[in-house]
Amino acid sequence: MSTAATTTSDVQTVFVPSPETLGAVLAPGARPPRPSAWSASVTFGWRAMLKIKHVPEQLFDVTAFPIIMTLMFTYLFGGAIAGSTDAYLQFFLPGIMVTSVVMITMYTGIGLNTDIEKGVFDRFRTLPVWRPSALVGMIFGDVLRYILAALVILGVGLILGFRPDGGVMGVVAGIGLLVVFSFAFSWVWTMFGLILRSEKSVMGVSMLVLFPLTFLSNVFVEPSTMPGWLQAFVKVNPITHLVDAIRSVMAGSPDASSIMWTLMWSAGFVVVFGFLTMYRYNRR
Amino acid sequence: MSDRSTGHAIEAEGLVKTFGKTRALDGIDLRVPAGSVYGLLGPNGAGKTTAVRVLATLTRPDGGSARVFGHDVLREANAVRSKVSMTGQYASVDEDLTGLENLVLLARLLGHRKPAARARAEELLAAFGLTDATDRQVKKYSGGMRRRIDIAASILNTPELLFLDEPTTGLDPRSRSQVWEIIRSVVGHGTTVLLTTQYLDEADRLASRIAVVDHGKVIAEGTPGELKSSIGSGTVHVRLRDAGARPKALSVLSLALGTAVEPDADPVSLTARVDGSDFEASTQAARALSELAAAGIVVDDFSLGQPSLDEVFLALTDAVPAASAASAASASASAEMETAR
Repeated sequence: MSTAATTTSDVQTVFVPSPETLGAVLAPGARPPRPSAWSASVTFGWRAMLKIKHVPEQLFDVTAFPIIMTLMFTYLFGGAIAGSTDAYLQFFLPGIMVTSVVMITMYTGIGLNTDIEKGVFDRFRTLPVWRPSALVGMIFGDVLRYILAALVILGVGLILGFRPDGGVMGVVAGIGLLVVFSFAFSWVWTMFGLILRSEKSVMGVSMLVLFPLTFLSNVFVEPSTMPGWLQAFVKVNPITHLVDAIRSVMAGSPDASSIMWTLMWSAGFVVVFGFLTMYRYNRR
Repeated sequence: MSDRSTGHAIEAEGLVKTFGKTRALDGIDLRVPAGSVYGLLGPNGAGKTTAVRVLATLTRPDGGSARVFGHDVLREANAVRSKVSMTGQYASVDEDLTGLENLVLLARLLGHRKPAARARAEELLAAFGLTDATDRQVKKYSGGMRRRIDIAASILNTPELLFLDEPTTGLDPRSRSQVWEIIRSVVGHGTTVLLTTQYLDEADRLASRIAVVDHGKVIAEGTPGELKSSIGSGTVHVRLRDAGARPKALSVLSLALGTAVEPDADPVSLTARVDGSDFEASTQAARALSELAAAGIVVDDFSLGQPSLDEVFLALTDAVPAASAASAASASASAEMETAR
């Protein structure tokens, strides 16, 4: 199929490569200097934005999914656990925000796996740029989705009657903590995206990790009613620290200890999984 | 500047790469002179793609060493990356983005500022006849257009070495010749091209030297002419006016040439191998032609040529499995690997 055959028929001319025009673009111009690590990462982030622009359907999981989760659990558990949905929502909203956003982080791994499958990453890997920039940029794009999902849930919560005492500042700080943690946690999925063979297996592993991690926490209920061994797990679960931290700042009474834990976990994820990811990335 | 003194764009010694039990590369040696098209010719699964991936710093070899313009592909990977570009068998631009967006993205990653990146992208789109497709997503491009955007993406900064991995596989004849024309222009501007292909006519037309690869090894190397004369015989092609005269022509020719004559698929054509030196071959051919005339057979076309690369290729690649059945088994497994990838 030539250009003419696929683009609308009639007057289209067939492409005839001309040595003159090709010669003009082949003349080696001055080579610009290598872009900085930051600039390369931002450029890859721009690619992620463009992908959202061209395939807006992919935003379905950051809008519809969180709305359904919030509505479902508020009305399912609200009366039973807290006596009323309104009372439950004050406790539950920061938690469901964490659950939804942390679940969305798995799309980082799926997206990476698809990119590799399609060969796009091979070209990126032959570029003389800062090595992690392709992945950092990709996660920058995902951060936008995290913010969007968090705002959607906040919106639903406010409509249903969520009234955070921390005010605007508290809510912004809470979402900030969530974004920092999710950015860090995404590196777990870049590693799996590089190791596993198919999109489906990445999805499978993510579910296996994410369900226990988000449910065996303080998101839905207070851990005090749980058996001791489960409480022990809940206590060390990073999701518990994150939810505690966000609840505290949104309520206007920041809990320094859980905020510290959240930031330490985040740093840990970036260091450990960032390293493992780059190790795999360089040796593929 | 790089190691121009040796005049080699690529020097590889004993490259080995195994995937599980299959040896995709089984000790490949390559010396690619700078400034020309070098063909890596081989059947599917021969190890061509793996070799290119190692040289382009995408895959780490398990053994051996390789230098690109004097830079080691492992220890000086970034220096190599700044000199090479790669166009893979599969689309290596982002299908979801438009042609313009893809080129701007890559130009930015090569360090061009925004306006310069856009100008460069538009200039390339125009030169590759893709102006009309500037704002169309690449997934909506035809096969030929895709290959062109892919090559355009590879020459954003004119590379010193361009890897083209089966650039015309799956293209129609017109798109193929467009790609060939582009490759000639690229080489004309001093870029060295390493071309992998399974098409012999492509290697014959473009490459000034060819390495025939099979089962992860180089089994023959030389100019197309050297490879052809290495199997030591010429070929006579005869096309008759009348298909009915073929049986008679067949017996006349086999008598005159003293070799087996094969009827071709075309009912008016015949092919025969003539052995011996060039001089003997041409005398034999001359005698055959006059005998045909004496027998009253009308000949429309008569030619004496070197064997085609096809014949060379089959002669070379046939020999190897017979020599070692074990490596043949591993090669068929690696063929599956390459298909799976």
